Amino acid sequence: MEWMVWTTPTTVFFAVIAAMLAGMTAWEVISPTVERKGFLPISTTRGDRLFIGLLSAAYIHLVVVGFTPLSIWLALGASVLWLLVLMRWG
Amino acid sequence: MNKVYNNRAWWLILPMLLLVAFSAVIPLMTVVNYSVQDVFDANTRFFTGTEWFKEMLNDPALQAAVLRQFAFSLTVLAIEVPLGIGIALIMPKKGWQASAVLILVTMPLLIPWNVVGSIWQIFTRGDIGLMGWSLRELGYGYNITASPVDAWATIILMDVWHWTPLIALLCFSGLRSIPDAYYQAARIDRASKWAVFRYIQLPKLTNVLVIGVLLRFMHSFMIYAEPFVLTGGGPGSSTTFLSQSLTTMAIGQQDLGPSAAFSLIYFLIILLVTWVFYTAIMNMQKDDNNQEA
Repeated sequence: MEWMVWTTPTTVFFAVIAAMLAGMTAWEVISPTVERKGFLPISTTRGDRLFIGLLSAAYIHLVVVGFTPLSIWLALGASVLWLLVLMRWG
Repeated sequence: MNKVYNNRAWWLILPMLLLVAFSAVIPLMTVVNYSVQDVFDANTRFFTGTEWFKEMLNDPALQAAVLRQFAFSLTVLAIEVPLGIGIALIMPKKGWQASAVLILVTMPLLIPWNVVGSIWQIFTRGDIGLMGWSLRELGYGYNITASPVDAWATIILMDVWHWTPLIALLCFSGLRSIPDAYYQAARIDRASKWAVFRYIQLPKLTNVLVIGVLLRFMHSFMIYAEPFVLTGGGPGSSTTFLSQSLTTMAIGQQDLGPSAAFSLIYFLIILLVTWVFYTAIMNMQKDDNNQEA
């Protein structure tokens, strides 16, 4: 694995993604998702909302890193908050 | 009635998943790792954090390339999709003509990208190329190495020539799968040709068009060999699209960190656009079904 030039932050990043996928799978087995409509213009399942949340989190990070002097931790905080809101009411 | 859910068929995609993990997921993870470091060799590397992303997002040349890329992709989609549907509608449906036309239409799809570039490069030359020479004889000072407008028009023409057949073929197969009963019903109702197209053919084409639009968008968004051979990205940088910027950076200058960061941004753009396309079209369909029901 040496050629993959791992760093601590990227390891943590992928570990969290993997944990999320595993968690979602377990959650789905315990109580299957029901498609519903929240504040998003389309009806979504749990997995759809996670995907939308992660994709928008990537863009939040890019905007914060690229075009503002703000810290990346702020972007992370905002993304987590947004993801939770999305999962609950999206 | 009790419905039994059995999702065991999902195990069948396991081999595919392993293959994709090997060919796509692990390399992509490596790209992510490279994007936060300055790597010289296996032992000499420095953590740079978000430095490369900041640099790439604020690079005026890359910003211009992104806009250029969107302009190109949307233009070819706007031309190829209606044109492809049109061609599919007038293609003969049976007999030897059907096979003959099918083969003729498919021909451009069989030509490799860089050969297409070479063909057009010769085709557009002012001294020996048929199109270049003809246009000059007609009094238009056509020159793709000097005029950005000529270069753009030629690249779009080339892409339309190369890829409209794909849309046409997909639509042709979509049209063939519509049962005759629909047309008979339309005839009884004395539906106009337009009504038949709007309410029978187009809705039945949605599925193939989704695939067509997605494929064409991704293809055109990653276009590399054709403009590279035809114009080399010029004149100036007027036809330098994203892949070419990326290749110059990664292969030409060996700037692996910045190119990794740039690849990820590129990937995120494609992911967002394809997801929006897909969701929008799938929802349109869902609404249609609800209305029918």
